[in-house]
Amino acid sequence: MLHPFPHEPRGETPLVEFRGVTCGYGGTTALVDVSVSIWEGEFVGLLGPSGAGKTTFLRAILGAVEIYRGQVLVEGRPHHRGRAPAGYVPQVETVDWNFPVTVEQVVLMGFAGRGWLPWAGREERERARAVMERLGIAHLAGRHIRALSGGQQQRAFLARALVSSPRLLLLDEPTAGVDIKTRDDILHLLHELNHDGTTIVLTTHEINAVAAHLPRVICINQRVVADGPPAQVFTPEVMSRTYGAPMTVVHHEGLVLVAERPHRYYEEHLARSRAREGDGDA
Amino acid sequence: MLEPFAYDFFVRGFVVAGLVGALCGLMGVYVVLRRMSYIGHGLSHAMLGGAVVSYVMAFNFYLGAGLWGFLSALLINTTVQRRRMLGADAVIGVITTASFAVGVAIISRYRTFTRNFEAALLGEILGIQPQDLLAVAVMTVLAAVFVFFCYRRLLFVTFDPEVAGYYGVPVQWLDSLFALALAGTIVVSMQVIGVTMLVAALVIPAATARLLTDSFHRLVLLSVGIGALSGVAGVYISYYLDISSGANVVLVTTGAFALAYAWSALRHRLAAIQGLRALD
Repeated sequence: MLHPFPHEPRGETPLVEFRGVTCGYGGTTALVDVSVSIWEGEFVGLLGPSGAGKTTFLRAILGAVEIYRGQVLVEGRPHHRGRAPAGYVPQVETVDWNFPVTVEQVVLMGFAGRGWLPWAGREERERARAVMERLGIAHLAGRHIRALSGGQQQRAFLARALVSSPRLLLLDEPTAGVDIKTRDDILHLLHELNHDGTTIVLTTHEINAVAAHLPRVICINQRVVADGPPAQVFTPEVMSRTYGAPMTVVHHEGLVLVAERPHRYYEEHLARSRAREGDGDA
Repeated sequence: MLEPFAYDFFVRGFVVAGLVGALCGLMGVYVVLRRMSYIGHGLSHAMLGGAVVSYVMAFNFYLGAGLWGFLSALLINTTVQRRRMLGADAVIGVITTASFAVGVAIISRYRTFTRNFEAALLGEILGIQPQDLLAVAVMTVLAAVFVFFCYRRLLFVTFDPEVAGYYGVPVQWLDSLFALALAGTIVVSMQVIGVTMLVAALVIPAATARLLTDSFHRLVLLSVGIGALSGVAGVYISYYLDISSGANVVLVTTGAFALAYAWSALRHRLAAIQGLRALD
């Protein structure tokens, strides 16, 4: 897969800054002492197992988490309620696919916080159409959301996030549950958007298929385990601490591959049977 | 054909049934899509308590019962949020049934107004007074204004409340306003449809419309239309058959639901046949 070059990070203050943030919900901490800066133009992947706090990280940027210690700054300021700092694309699992809306109706929700008339203005419609055309879903505008393929569904919700031209785009598991071709298409599209200047933060638990293709990966397991380009971050130690399971890292012709080690139970089983064989010999 | 329209009480009942049908059809869209049917059912029962208390205390019925219903809704909301182990259905069951029981207890103590009690339980559309007609008309206008100006925000909140908040939609404000509008709707509809059947007027038009369309805009228009038409048809037919108007409105709406169900089954069958033909 060919990717356009990542956009050079720029600006004097970070677009998003976590300063020693410990946060969670109802007294249960999900992230502990996280300090991270994300600069305008970056393309960042949050990598970690389920329950590691990846979604919480996104929600902290959106101001939807209780901050127990530290500070989250967006554009150098603490989060304001009611101000949408970013376009957000939820995980497809959380969407009610039986809800009676068409693709265009979903995309136009991106403007829902403004205006008091029940219909969209001409400018909004034109903007929605332009974004849908860019994402290749304009011909599906009148379709019900359930009548779409996985990739098209993802694009419809991406279009909703993009209509207001946000500087920052947050995506929760954008490649979960789609086939390989769709996954590559989505990643390619995101790289293009990033190349045009949009800062992107996505979460994923796929190491080789997704995280390895991003310029910067933050490994999270409640705390930040490592932060940097995949070639530096993907070490057996970092991967094992992130996933809490032994991992093997293979470097081959500039490629980095991370693989699960055989299951510990299996290894112990092998060791035991070897030991037993040894007893027999003696 | 036009004979019943010679009576003032019938004309009032006819107009009120149309308005209440449209109002419940409109609010019902959101109730059904947010899976709040049980809340609607509970609230209408809870408000009987408020209605009886305001009657005993000689307080304005609409204000008393409406406020009671709104407070019950808020109480349900906070209890659900603070005691997550309980689940919304159990909380609704506790609060609304207790409130209903307050009403029944007071009624059994006084026994003087069993007639009104029956009207509130089963609905008595032909006993509608001009001030009731006014209350229904005002509430219908208020609800229509609310939905008109908050239409796009309400759609987002109904579709995905969490993400709507991230996009700058004031979710809690809208939820509270909606609870207020729902309480108002139930209060003015109570005497027309009756507490026991009110949830049907809320739910069936929207559910029927849902069978007919996948578009939210069309769903709203269809639900309002189905509600209004079944309201007036139900009252008109009940005049000739001499059956309870509330029950008849519900039966007519159910008939519409059955027709819509048959239609959607037929459409699926036809689509399947077409799909098979395309394969050949």
